[in-house]
Amino acid sequence: MTNTGISPNSEKPKRKRKPGEQISDQMLRRTLIWPALLYMIIVTQVPLLFTLRFSVERWNMNRPDRRGFVGLENFVDVITDPDFWIIIKNTAVLTGAVVIITFILGLMFALLLNRQFFGRGVVRTLLITPFLIMPTVSAIVWKNVLLDPSFGFISRMVESFGFGTPDFFGDFPMASVIVIVVWQWMPFMMLILLAGLQSLSVDQLEAAQIDGANPLHLLQYVVLPHLRRYIEIAVLMETLFILSVFGVIFITTSGGPGIQTTNLSFAIYDEAFSSRDIGDASTMGIYAIVVANIVVTLFVQVLRRGSQEGVTA
Amino acid sequence: MKLKKWQGITLTIITWVLALIIFFPIIWTLLTSLKTEREAFNFPPSLIPIPASSPVDEDVADDENADATDEEEAEEDEPYSIFFEATFANYERALFDADFGKPLVNTLVITIASTLLALALGIPAAYGLAFKPDKRSNFTLLWLISTRMLPPAGVIVPLFLLARDLSLLDTTTGMIIIYTGMNVPLVIWMMRSFLLDVPYEILEAGRIDGVTLLQEFRFLVLPLVAPGLFATALLCMIFAWNEFFFAFNITKSQAEPLTVYISSFKTGRGQFIALMSAASTLAVLPVVIAGWIAQRQLVQGLTMGAVK
Repeated sequence: MTNTGISPNSEKPKRKRKPGEQISDQMLRRTLIWPALLYMIIVTQVPLLFTLRFSVERWNMNRPDRRGFVGLENFVDVITDPDFWIIIKNTAVLTGAVVIITFILGLMFALLLNRQFFGRGVVRTLLITPFLIMPTVSAIVWKNVLLDPSFGFISRMVESFGFGTPDFFGDFPMASVIVIVVWQWMPFMMLILLAGLQSLSVDQLEAAQIDGANPLHLLQYVVLPHLRRYIEIAVLMETLFILSVFGVIFITTSGGPGIQTTNLSFAIYDEAFSSRDIGDASTMGIYAIVVANIVVTLFVQVLRRGSQEGVTA
Repeated sequence: MKLKKWQGITLTIITWVLALIIFFPIIWTLLTSLKTEREAFNFPPSLIPIPASSPVDEDVADDENADATDEEEAEEDEPYSIFFEATFANYERALFDADFGKPLVNTLVITIASTLLALALGIPAAYGLAFKPDKRSNFTLLWLISTRMLPPAGVIVPLFLLARDLSLLDTTTGMIIIYTGMNVPLVIWMMRSFLLDVPYEILEAGRIDGVTLLQEFRFLVLPLVAPGLFATALLCMIFAWNEFFFAFNITKSQAEPLTVYISSFKTGRGQFIALMSAASTLAVLPVVIAGWIAQRQLVQGLTMGAVK
């Protein structure tokens, strides 16, 4: 059953109640939401308003005396900076590549897990583990234990096959970052798609098979259409999270070489805490929020549609 | 799909092999953590740990220097062996010598406090939204999603400045406030979906008997949603335990949690692979176990209840 469904419970039977105690109980029920709501407004909307305010200020913490209102100057400055477009491209490449690759791998593993076999629970547990590991540990392990040019296991395997000593983060920085993030996020895709597959009735599949559908057709005409809502949810949510990847980049490449692996999150961090330019960092923050909100809007539409159609998810 | 027997077996083997490839970095880290730094560097690597059995080591332990040089010479001549003697020395070093204690305590404090706070704020809200929805409820629920999805980088500058001005920079209190905000929407969405599954008749019966709100929650609802509550709490803990971006920008040496502490190994190339592996293993262990326990609810939590 779906609980994203945003429709309220149907009319409840009315009953007579004594005034006084019962009424205050009803009032109490109405106020239950307020502490959480107030808290969320304070910790999320207040910073958001400050970001907006700083984005129209010239404010470098190294030169606090020059602080002042500049209107939309920062917004123009940021988008006319060629580096900003490289950063946007990096963010798009990283996010796009990770989402596509994790989708393909996640679907593959979900299909493999969607049958009874020896040790299924164990395999599932093994496969979700990368997602549970803190991103900084994943990054450190991949960087130092697996991909380090002189100590890393993978580097030395490659070397022992006679391909020379690879310097993954120097020669293929973005690809290396993508590999690590894919490793972390594949389980996310897999889990959601597996939940989708498990809600697909066996009858439907068998009916299609009796009609002579081969496995590829089965995937194309039965499985994928059924998974549509799950795919939409998984892809949109993962996109939101990957847009904000920071830890892996900070630890493995620090955005380099040059700005080859700098995404929007890392650029904002760098602008705010290295260049100490609060104005420009906030402006980039607004751009990041706008991009994220486009994806959130799509996500909300998926949720809404689900509740309207009464899709069982 | 009906498969022939050999097809099934082949598929099972393929699945296992692929899963082990994905899991390999974790196995490798575990193995490395049980080696000495020198063994960790050996290539081809030893793959199978055996219990450290030789009492000889302990006899000569008094004379450590001599022992060390002996070993060095011995090992250069030693042929490759697939076995190595497991040592827990790295774990001891990580726990007692490598400043691991303070970040561990910080992470525990931040994680537990923020989870409890998020539950305290989120459960009543979910209760209201599930049992007393009004015209604004839909909007509220969707707005909560948008706060959960807000890019952290979009608010880090004001959060940093606010924390600085309120003397919350590099304090666990500051981190608890932020992580509570991160987890409240999750608690509300998940608990709401569990509460909607509570049969209405039960609440109705309670109201006829005139139970108060607290009694209703404690005696009628809580027993039914306890498993969901447990899963929600585990998920909050996983998110708080693993978060890096806020922690890295808001804390320094005093309040740094494990994520930030581990990131300081960033530049420790090579020399401390084994120690680093042990520290990493310790840092992720509680959450990996929590995640294994909450496996069934993981999907629901990750998608804010959109997928069960």
